[in-house]
Amino acid sequence: MSTYLEFEAGVAALETSAARAEGEGRAAEAAELRERATRQLKDLYARLTPWQRTLVARHPARPHIPHYLAGLFTEVMPLAGDRLYGEDPAIVGALARFEGQSVVVIGHAKGEDTESRLRHNFGMARPEGYRKAQRLMQLADRFGLPVITFVDTPGAFPGVDAEERGQAEAIARTTETCLAIGVPLVALIVGEGGSGGAVAIAAGNRVLMLEHSIYSVISPEGCASILWRTPAGRGSKAPEAAEAMKVTAADLLRLGVIDRIVYEPVGGAHRDHALTMTRVRTALAEELAALEAQPRAALREARREKFLKMGAL
Amino acid sequence: MSWLTRGRARIQQILGRRDVPDNLWTKCRGCGTMLYTKEFEANLSVCPACGHHERIGPAARFALLFDGAVFERIPVEMPADDPLKFRDLKRYPERLKAARAATGEADALALAKGTIGTVPSVVGVQDFAFLGGSMGVGVGAAFVRAAEVALAERRPFVMVTAAGGARMQEGILSLMQMPRTTVMVARLKEAGVPYVVVLTDPTTGGVTASYAMLGDVHIAEPGALIGFAGARVIESTIREKLPEGFQRAEYLLAHGMVDMVVRRHELAATLGRLLRHLTRTPEPA
Ligand SMILES: [Zn+2]
Repeated sequence: MSTYLEFEAGVAALETSAARAEGEGRAAEAAELRERATRQLKDLYARLTPWQRTLVARHPARPHIPHYLAGLFTEVMPLAGDRLYGEDPAIVGALARFEGQSVVVIGHAKGEDTESRLRHNFGMARPEGYRKAQRLMQLADRFGLPVITFVDTPGAFPGVDAEERGQAEAIARTTETCLAIGVPLVALIVGEGGSGGAVAIAAGNRVLMLEHSIYSVISPEGCASILWRTPAGRGSKAPEAAEAMKVTAADLLRLGVIDRIVYEPVGGAHRDHALTMTRVRTALAEELAALEAQPRAALREARREKFLKMGAL
Repeated sequence: MSWLTRGRARIQQILGRRDVPDNLWTKCRGCGTMLYTKEFEANLSVCPACGHHERIGPAARFALLFDGAVFERIPVEMPADDPLKFRDLKRYPERLKAARAATGEADALALAKGTIGTVPSVVGVQDFAFLGGSMGVGVGAAFVRAAEVALAERRPFVMVTAAGGARMQEGILSLMQMPRTTVMVARLKEAGVPYVVVLTDPTTGGVTASYAMLGDVHIAEPGALIGFAGARVIESTIREKLPEGFQRAEYLLAHGMVDMVVRRHELAATLGRLLRHLTRTPEPA
């Protein structure tokens, strides 16, 4: 819990004092300080601005795919490679067991420390990652396994090698695969749903979002730099852009882009991984149960009809 | 302001922009040569000196592609403007209004039907002049409409793409047009109705990462910029200059992403041949 966001300064001060009081044996004072901190957190998180939510969605201690794989699944078997070019650690895929049932899990991996962040390229996938996702969705389709995706990426990797190997084609075909398979596909946006790199694995029968996640066509910084012509960093209009673009779970539920919000523990998912897992487990189990009985053609058709209506009259 | 420029501004006001000497000449964006506008346009807006293919709008494109320049526009029922009530430095409805006035089109994707090389076809033309060809719910609606007509009448759908980026003012709804349009591509493929993409300058972002890369056949115009990420974003990520010809049509051809690069003068004939093959239409006498 060592990383506080800029708007959490008050909470940070209270929690630091509480820790000091605890260390000095003033238990009652510590308890009172902690209670005040919790109350303040509750207040803060009850009315986060879209920009503050963006910061929470990017919090380094937020649960990431390794936490979900460990917390929700058993018999996890990671699968690697696109069979065309390489293995991209920015998207992980696995066979796994959820509530006793075999499923395919696909998700962006951002990394947990400097070394692993570099290895996972901060969750920015290359074409290989998307083509591996296609391969695993097709595998799931062949064997009748539901697919669960965990979406958490700043966006697809903007690099020369990625362009060279057809980043756009890889994303397009992954979305196409999402819309083609005859097994249930449930997508959960757990952090940043960054643009085409996110939607490629998020065109599901049901799209869920953690309460403080964001989902957007471009990052608030990117939008601000184009429309407001402000650079990133100080003076950026990113907070205004985040507000205007409607990036929060509540906005997206209202717009019909997502189907369900999974509420986070007080102060965000990063403060209580265990409770986050419990809530995600419940939500996923309910969604999968509702889809399970449906025949293949109906699952595919319902998914297509859902996306055909996006922004329609 | 000198008297000369003031005088000219006044003359422009009186005559209207069309007749002032400024528009008599067009400077080629490829090589800088001054070209007589009428001749340049008669040459399909391709520079005779360097071969640069200038961007053209739906009207010129339809006239170029359909047999005898005969075609019928397909109307699109448009969703309400400004679904997010978006405001940046300007209000979004003002930007839309200006784009409509400048182009005479309702949104960035115009549709028409006619025959190409004798094959009855539907053509969609994305207009870079309309807010950078950006994809929002209006473009999505037009794409869906085009595919519906193609499916109902079993005509090939030729999609001429151009987009500089997302319609940011429509936020997530702009992003959702990627899966939305992809659904219609899937339906065309399953019905065996040809879907051909003509990639023109520039085709980038979500458009490239959805329907522009899902054609049965991909044709690109010479020199067209085609890619996912913008050059500036890539440069700032990798901190080095991009290779010569990066993300140009010829580069995509070399990397296996398009089937052919075709000069505008041969585009209609090439499409005609292609559509006849895909629809098993006999060679014209
Ligand atoms: Zn030239």
